[in-house]
Amino acid sequence: MQRIGVFVCHCGTNIAATVDVKAVAEALSHESGVVISQEYQYMCSEAGQNLIKDSIKEYGLTGVVVCSCSPRMHENTFRKAAAAAGLNPYLVEIANIREQCSWIHKDIATATEKAIILGKAAIAKVHLNAPLTAGESPVAKRALVIGGGIAGIQTALDIAEAGFEVDIVEKEATIGGKMAQIDKTFPTLDCAACILTPKMVEASQNELITIHSYSEVSAVKGFVGNFTVTIKKKTRFVDETKCTGCGLCTEACPMKKVPNAFNLGLDNRSAIYIPFAQAVPKVATIDPNYCLKLKGGTVKEKVCGKCAAACTVGAINYHQQDEYIEQKYGAIIVATGFNPIKLDKYDEFAYNQCPDVVTSLELERLMNAAGPNGGTLLRPSDKTHPHKIVFVQCVGSRCDDSKGKPYCSKICCMYTAKHAMLIREKYPDTEVYVFYIDVRTPGKNFDEFYRRAVEQYNVHYIKGMVGKVTPKADGTIDVQASDLLSNEQLHIDADMVVLATAIEPDKTARPLATMLTTQMDTNDFFTEAHAKLRPVESATAGIFLSGACQGPKDIPETVAQASAAASKAIGLLVKNSITCNPCVAHSNELMCNGCSACEKVCPYGAITYQDKEFRMPDRTTAIRRVASVNPAVCQGCGACTVACPSGAMDLNGFSNSQIMAEVDAICK
Amino acid sequence: MNTFTYYPGCTLRTKAKDLDTYARSSAEALGITLEEPENWQCCGGAYTTAKDEIATKLSAVRTLNAAKEAGRPLVTVCSACHNVIKQTNYDISKDEEMAAKVNNYLKLDEPYTGETTVYHYLEMLRDVVGFDNLKKQVVNPFKGKKIAAYYGCLLLRPSKALAMDDPENPTIIEDFIKAIGGTPVIYAQRNECCGGYITMEDKAQASKRSSKVMDSAKEQGADMIITACPLCLYNLKKNSGSDLPVYYFTELLAEALGLKEANNE
Repeated sequence: MQRIGVFVCHCGTNIAATVDVKAVAEALSHESGVVISQEYQYMCSEAGQNLIKDSIKEYGLTGVVVCSCSPRMHENTFRKAAAAAGLNPYLVEIANIREQCSWIHKDIATATEKAIILGKAAIAKVHLNAPLTAGESPVAKRALVIGGGIAGIQTALDIAEAGFEVDIVEKEATIGGKMAQIDKTFPTLDCAACILTPKMVEASQNELITIHSYSEVSAVKGFVGNFTVTIKKKTRFVDETKCTGCGLCTEACPMKKVPNAFNLGLDNRSAIYIPFAQAVPKVATIDPNYCLKLKGGTVKEKVCGKCAAACTVGAINYHQQDEYIEQKYGAIIVATGFNPIKLDKYDEFAYNQCPDVVTSLELERLMNAAGPNGGTLLRPSDKTHPHKIVFVQCVGSRCDDSKGKPYCSKICCMYTAKHAMLIREKYPDTEVYVFYIDVRTPGKNFDEFYRRAVEQYNVHYIKGMVGKVTPKADGTIDVQASDLLSNEQLHIDADMVVLATAIEPDKTARPLATMLTTQMDTNDFFTEAHAKLRPVESATAGIFLSGACQGPKDIPETVAQASAAASKAIGLLVKNSITCNPCVAHSNELMCNGCSACEKVCPYGAITYQDKEFRMPDRTTAIRRVASVNPAVCQGCGACTVACPSGAMDLNGFSNSQIMAEVDAICK
Repeated sequence: MNTFTYYPGCTLRTKAKDLDTYARSSAEALGITLEEPENWQCCGGAYTTAKDEIATKLSAVRTLNAAKEAGRPLVTVCSACHNVIKQTNYDISKDEEMAAKVNNYLKLDEPYTGETTVYHYLEMLRDVVGFDNLKKQVVNPFKGKKIAAYYGCLLLRPSKALAMDDPENPTIIEDFIKAIGGTPVIYAQRNECCGGYITMEDKAQASKRSSKVMDSAKEQGADMIITACPLCLYNLKKNSGSDLPVYYFTELLAEALGLKEANNE
């Protein structure tokens, strides 16, 4: 005979204001098997937990039902309490009467009735609960960081610092990411390259860090502590181990008209290239879309081979193929970063019509000493000095229609203030206008920085949006805008227009999320496990989030999150083994007909098939093909139990009979 | 099979005969039958399209209902008529109260609640004929001609109701220009108002706006401007002071299909 204890939580007024908790405890006390039913103000408090522990001992409970918040919140708390009192933790069930009841209902009578039903369902389930014991699985002591921007670099350095091996996979030819393209950083105005490149070098020289540049993650298998990842090393047609980065090949290359991606196409590079002077690894890469020999147009082009002739170490290999490497990891940290959005849909700003309308990131390159103009700010169209520059904020950010992003991109207000100030400092004869919706400067020394732009550098900040940008024949640009404070329409004859473009997650993030079975929001930012309390972990165990892949961030915030993600990963890597989830699937081999339906739906590859010998009812022996679940790989998602046509698959802790008992209790 | 109810509108019977004539002849050449409903009335465009005014929208609904009764989609060609009819159709399908009021007035055999599909002639070319198909039937391509599309304010907006193209970065007329062999000219003012609406009230302002449009197109090297709007055409020609020729898109269509002599402006 079961002896079940029911514990109804008030959660302060969170539950008690909408649910009559006394009535719930009273009603549930009459359910079959219930020997004690009581309510308490905060069941998760130490006193509340003691109430449960004492009751388990006093009444010899065989099952516990806690009517409280979501199991995601405190299931573990109550399981631990039960275990402390000697009850198997998997004999505890939670009835969620907060998120699924009190928070969503207003009427007390309705909410109370529903809370009682939810409690009854949990009681019906706990009747069928069996004690479960969690196994253990070993942890691979190596971490994978996906993305080699400042977020990925910082995470890798911190993990290596703790003594663990860590690999960085970077899709571009060099690590460094967006920060490498930035000229100066706010609010201190120090040179981005000067603070980033030492970290890049540190990463490359650290014996525990392996950098796979020009590489992509192509497959992920396994689970926390035991990921098996396939990394595709794209062919760069250059032997990384031989190349010294001398650059002779880039000089020899006859194809010099390749848009330079590092300078955002504002100048050209050769088909064989080193992205920039401080690239890590400093190795050449051939762009097969432009290389005359690899593209093979005319016969003369096909025999080009000038880079190979120029290379003194014989590093060039036109026949090099993509290479795949497989590696085991205990933890994976996603640091895939961001990109500015494409501006094709914003024709009102004439970005595609006029070369002097640029994005803010393009302006960074135009002002950078290693940029196309050697650091002198010149108009891209005629290389003249601009005397009037208009900045437009929120291009694609805080947009309520489908073409833009609904969120604030967070960094634009500050970098625009930085741009405005730098231009006024270097070119005092240039007038600078900034059109804004709001100026958002929450950050240490941020508002002071913005006020300096306005008060000390006389940047014209105008509240209002730009409606139309019209390039004119005389080379100037007519900017039509509204000044909302004086309620006027303005026309500014500008020489350049700079668009503070919204940022979005990198396009590789979405397929990666699918591979990692992690969650994303509607904007393709990775979702953290808890918005407040677990901001650097994904909801999938062993996957951590670093930098702007989780949401727009500036550099200090990115670095902070990168280190936080590293510390979470280290916390996992120091363990020799981790406790597995015992709520895994198993197949009833007598019912299994070997159809493979479960194998096809299993996202973890936990199900295999085996030929097994069975004694048949007529006393003969038959060999049948049956499913078998690897409990170390199974994550207990339950997809197989639904897919199985014969009902052979069942999930520990969530068996078919338990679910049906709950449904029956609700429908009774 | 490709038969449409065709609504010309009053301006196309008077000032804008070219827009109408060449729309009809070109459709015929492209294998499309346009049937005019009997006793059609003004689209209602001469009135304000204020949301709470029902009476001015009744004539648009009559046209829409005529197409519904004929069991065909409706095609329009004048930007203003299209705007009024399509917006009315959108409103009546979304706003039950308005639909009820309109039907109380009209006392139709069967209430009209936005069932008719409304095409602008350009949409018909794009979605029914297909620009690729049109290209194959061109006999006099506008080779080497730099043609600027002028959308004006009415053809694309409000974009939710008209749902023709992106209001800030439209491509439909440019694609049409490519189909008839010309080179489209992109210029910033192509989707801005020409000021035609205030010609009577403030001629100077209308002149300023229209010259801005013309200058912007000319600066980008346009040889001519094409439009679907009679009011824009009038205003751009008469008030801008520019010598850039302005034509209806249907004139170029007919010329490309070999149905019309070339313009010699």
